[in-house]
Amino acid sequence: MELHGIGVRFGGLVALEDVTLTATRGHVLGIIGPNGAGKTTLFNVLCGLIAPSSGSMTLDGKPLKPKPHQLTRLGVARTLQGVGLFPGMTALENVMAGATGSAGFLSALLGLPSSARSERVLRESARARLDEFGIAAYEKAYPATLPYAVGKKVALARALVTRPRYLLLDEPAGGLSEEEIAELATLIRTLRGTCTVLLVEHHMDLVMEVCDEVTVLDFGRVIASGAPQEIRDNPAVADAYLGVAA
Amino acid sequence: MRTLLWSVAAAAGLVAATAMLDPFRNYQLATIAAYLCATAGLTVLTGLNGQLSLGHGALMAIGAYTVAFAQKSWDSLYLSLALAVVVTTVAGAVVGLAAARLRGPYLAGATLALAIAVPSITITFQSVFNSEQGLPVFLTPPRTLDIERWQALVAGGAAVLVMWLLANLSRSHLGRRMRAVRDNEVAASLTGVAVSRTQVLAFVISSACAGLGGALMAFLAQSVSPGAFPLTLSLFLLMAVVIGGLGSLAGALWGAVLLVALPDVIHSLTEGMVLKPAMASRLEGNLPLAIFGVTLIIVMLAAPGGLQGLFSRLLKRGHHAPNS
Repeated sequence: MELHGIGVRFGGLVALEDVTLTATRGHVLGIIGPNGAGKTTLFNVLCGLIAPSSGSMTLDGKPLKPKPHQLTRLGVARTLQGVGLFPGMTALENVMAGATGSAGFLSALLGLPSSARSERVLRESARARLDEFGIAAYEKAYPATLPYAVGKKVALARALVTRPRYLLLDEPAGGLSEEEIAELATLIRTLRGTCTVLLVEHHMDLVMEVCDEVTVLDFGRVIASGAPQEIRDNPAVADAYLGVAA
Repeated sequence: MRTLLWSVAAAAGLVAATAMLDPFRNYQLATIAAYLCATAGLTVLTGLNGQLSLGHGALMAIGAYTVAFAQKSWDSLYLSLALAVVVTTVAGAVVGLAAARLRGPYLAGATLALAIAVPSITITFQSVFNSEQGLPVFLTPPRTLDIERWQALVAGGAAVLVMWLLANLSRSHLGRRMRAVRDNEVAASLTGVAVSRTQVLAFVISSACAGLGGALMAFLAQSVSPGAFPLTLSLFLLMAVVIGGLGSLAGALWGAVLLVALPDVIHSLTEGMVLKPAMASRLEGNLPLAIFGVTLIIVMLAAPGGLQGLFSRLLKRGHHAPNS
């Protein structure tokens, strides 16, 4: 996945300017930066929720002009900031919503065996995901009743049920405890190799631990990119982002 | 499979009930069934997909006039009913596509325009629609059955069919997609749901159901006129599904029962009062709307899940009672 010279303007405000980055297959790419740096805007461009005013993107070498609902077909899945679950559906249904069924309209309307079969397959694969995350006991619970960390896992399960080749994680560690973040780190490491992960995150320890490369945004521009250690030692990054703490 | 068994049981119940009921009750049953087609479709649109329509009465009118025209050309009721469904499906698709970019109050506004426009069209084009007098619906009832029982069987059968299809739909991946769009459009699109297409589909399906409901109304009244499909009908339909319970198709059934029962109750109420005839007729015209409105407010405050939500809560409590 490559982005060339992506620019986004909201009226007079420059949200992204000339952003170029490459997500190497099977790597974990961290995207960090202070609040308002344009990280989520970048994800929104990648998902087709915002049209860039300049620049181009490619996916697997082919030009990418994304439409949000076609992303899963292209092998791209994304989680949203917060939890982003469907409140009127159970945890299991939420995960099933991520999977694509094979039954057609008439089959669904007439309740034909093919529709029931397709539902069964979806339910089983969704259940397997919940089981994998150790939250199968919550399958009938509605999002409002779920502990925050469980809700986050359900959202992650919903993204992973499509078996994506690219996974966009928007602040997955937000609101989690240290223990839960460690669990998340383990999960991201198991994805490495089979799935390219783009990780927008404020939790620096997690970013430094799991990422192969890190890109730093500030005021919509890429100010640094490289291995986690290089980023940590980069004075420009320290100025823009860690400056206050350092 | 479960939906099919329920439907077969409902159909058997319908045949038995129509044999036992007197003609007036059969006619009421048929009217409930006709309303049920429309309220069930509206439940899919509003409850399942989160879209608001104030124009379903107009879609019913389109179905009703189609039946009147079709029965004039040929005398095959089932074909006419099917044609009414096809015509309202097309009308629903046109409105749905035009409204695909509208949200919330804007969609309600656009459909409200439909509710006002359709009856006016029938008055403007007098030579075609015969203005306020409307059109007759020619029927050839079977000789072996009471006409009311026949009407109850046909309308009830149609309602069972609609409920079966919609129950299948809401349990399938299509129903899940509709709910996903209702709950969170961005998250829905990121999970692969084409939001606009899903909204248009829900609108078209619910239009087809409203068209069938209207067609059955014309079949029951054996006539069709703009007065039978006023703006208040659209409002009544929406209030009925909210009071019945938006979350489930069973709520649509309670809504349909209310639509038939409430005017009846009000009629007997005003009959009991000593009123001047002018006053009585004015009350009878406006009371249903007022009572519906008050009921709506009470139900929303006391039981936001509607009657169906209330019943299932009571049922659950009943189940738990022995253990507690």
